[in-house]
Amino acid sequence: MTATRRPAIVGAVASALLFAAVVGLQAARERLGAEVVPQQISAHLLYVRSPEVLSRAALSYRSLVADVYWIRTIQHYGGTKLSQDPQKQYDLLFPLLDLTTSLDPHFNVAYRFGAIFLAEPPPGGPGRPDQAIALLQKGLEAQPDRWDFAQDIGFVYYWWERDYMKAADWFRQAAAMPNAPNWMAGMAAVTLAEGGNRESSRLLWQEMLRSPEAAWIATQARFRLAQLDALDQIEALERVVTTYTQRAGTTPSDWIEIVRAGLLRGVPVDPERHPYRLDPQSGRVELDPASPLNPLPAPEQPRSETTLGSGR
Amino acid sequence: MTTVPQIAVNVFKESVRDKILYNLVVFAVLLIAASYLLGQLTAGQDVKIIKDLGLASIATFGLLIAVFIGIGLVWKEVERKSIYSLLAKPIRRSEFVLGKYCGLALTLLVNVSVMTAAFYLVLAYIGWREVPSVRAAWPAPATDPAMLEAVALIFVELLLVTGIALFFSTFSSPFLSASLTLGLWVIGHFNADLRQFETVVNSPAAAALARALYYVLPNFAAFDIKSQVVYGQPVAARYIALTVLYGATYLALVLAAAVAIFSRRDFK
Repeated sequence: MTATRRPAIVGAVASALLFAAVVGLQAARERLGAEVVPQQISAHLLYVRSPEVLSRAALSYRSLVADVYWIRTIQHYGGTKLSQDPQKQYDLLFPLLDLTTSLDPHFNVAYRFGAIFLAEPPPGGPGRPDQAIALLQKGLEAQPDRWDFAQDIGFVYYWWERDYMKAADWFRQAAAMPNAPNWMAGMAAVTLAEGGNRESSRLLWQEMLRSPEAAWIATQARFRLAQLDALDQIEALERVVTTYTQRAGTTPSDWIEIVRAGLLRGVPVDPERHPYRLDPQSGRVELDPASPLNPLPAPEQPRSETTLGSGR
Repeated sequence: MTTVPQIAVNVFKESVRDKILYNLVVFAVLLIAASYLLGQLTAGQDVKIIKDLGLASIATFGLLIAVFIGIGLVWKEVERKSIYSLLAKPIRRSEFVLGKYCGLALTLLVNVSVMTAAFYLVLAYIGWREVPSVRAAWPAPATDPAMLEAVALIFVELLLVTGIALFFSTFSSPFLSASLTLGLWVIGHFNADLRQFETVVNSPAAAALARALYYVLPNFAAFDIKSQVVYGQPVAARYIALTVLYGATYLALVLAAAVAIFSRRDFK
């Protein structure tokens, strides 16, 4: 009995040892570091760029291949955004989104998220609102009744291009589409009348927050609303600093002086709980550099003749 | 006419003995692992991707079984020389071919049914764990019964692939049969291109040949409605009925050809 079991035991022990050796060697390889391990082929490659070729090669698996490219898009965007590389390269972002939406023209989130990714200025994105608009227009060609794509195009013109004329035009087009919400027509009118004031921005983001499309759009909307709140708070704090300066005859050196003067109840913090920074020389209030709300959007521009004529 | 069911049951038992149904375990593990991992990777698109992955996996596992088991149905009996003892019994050659076919069809039916049940279970779990506001944004419910239409057409496609594999295996080697079956399956997805060939060539003869091939070759692209059901888009009952009829007619053709060739084959 012992003699018959021995080979099995020896085999099991040998297998366990070999398995441990494989794991150990892999860990040793990792410890060798980049200078010894040959450089890997860059993942920054896209072998097939033609949507037509890929659509044919995918046979009856187009949707699944679109999913793969969508996951690659998320990884490319997220990986680049979080990388420590000062030269963040988002050059594959548009081709990946183009492939995804060509393989699956109904992949609505790819259009909507994609537009947000593409329009985001560096270092958070490639800063290509033109590509964001092109992607959304491609979505509208595939699904002409999607009012939210038209709204998103208007939004890109509004928020990133600051072309309020075109933004209002797209909001108007969205309002005319089936199932468009009632507030869309009002948004077009407000944009045309007042341009990029903070309240209309807030209204837009609040509507985006209600978007049922996906949680990520809501997260993005919450972030932008927090930025708008921070802009309001900065304005209010600068008024407090002005009041203190008028009363004391000198600018405050820090927040504590203003708190002691009874103008504030404590050191003010932004919506992300980071304390605001006070410049004692100028009296200007800014976000803490560590705050995730950085960079804040540029000051709004009211509607003007220049803006009205600035369409591409 | 009890011979055909008897042979079919034997083929099914043989496939169970050959551990063909192990692929169900792989399918279940794949879906469960994907449902856990995809939530982290897909920015809220996990249900859509699980649906795509599940339907594509049902089609792929079925295709592999249909091709690689289908090509061996007749060939194995010839190779083992067991065909002599079988044909010495009161079994018609047509019954032998049809029995073999029905056995693999039964294996495929069990496979597709169990995979579909597992697929719906995973989707039901995903639907249950998600909050109502997110569920409301899905274009179709997680366990949308309309997906069964896509599964039904996948099954008809697999029946046709099995028939083609069996047809080739009645007169050629397993390697050649597999190559020809897979080749036809691939070409069958380019049917629309064959129909519009005149837009890319100037030769009327080549265009006419391509047009003829469009009508003659099996149109496998017609069985693919996966994208439509995933997005909850309605598929006309007439389309499904016509496609099933097309598949059944083509299947009858290849099985008749397989029976005809096998009946004339000399095993001496």
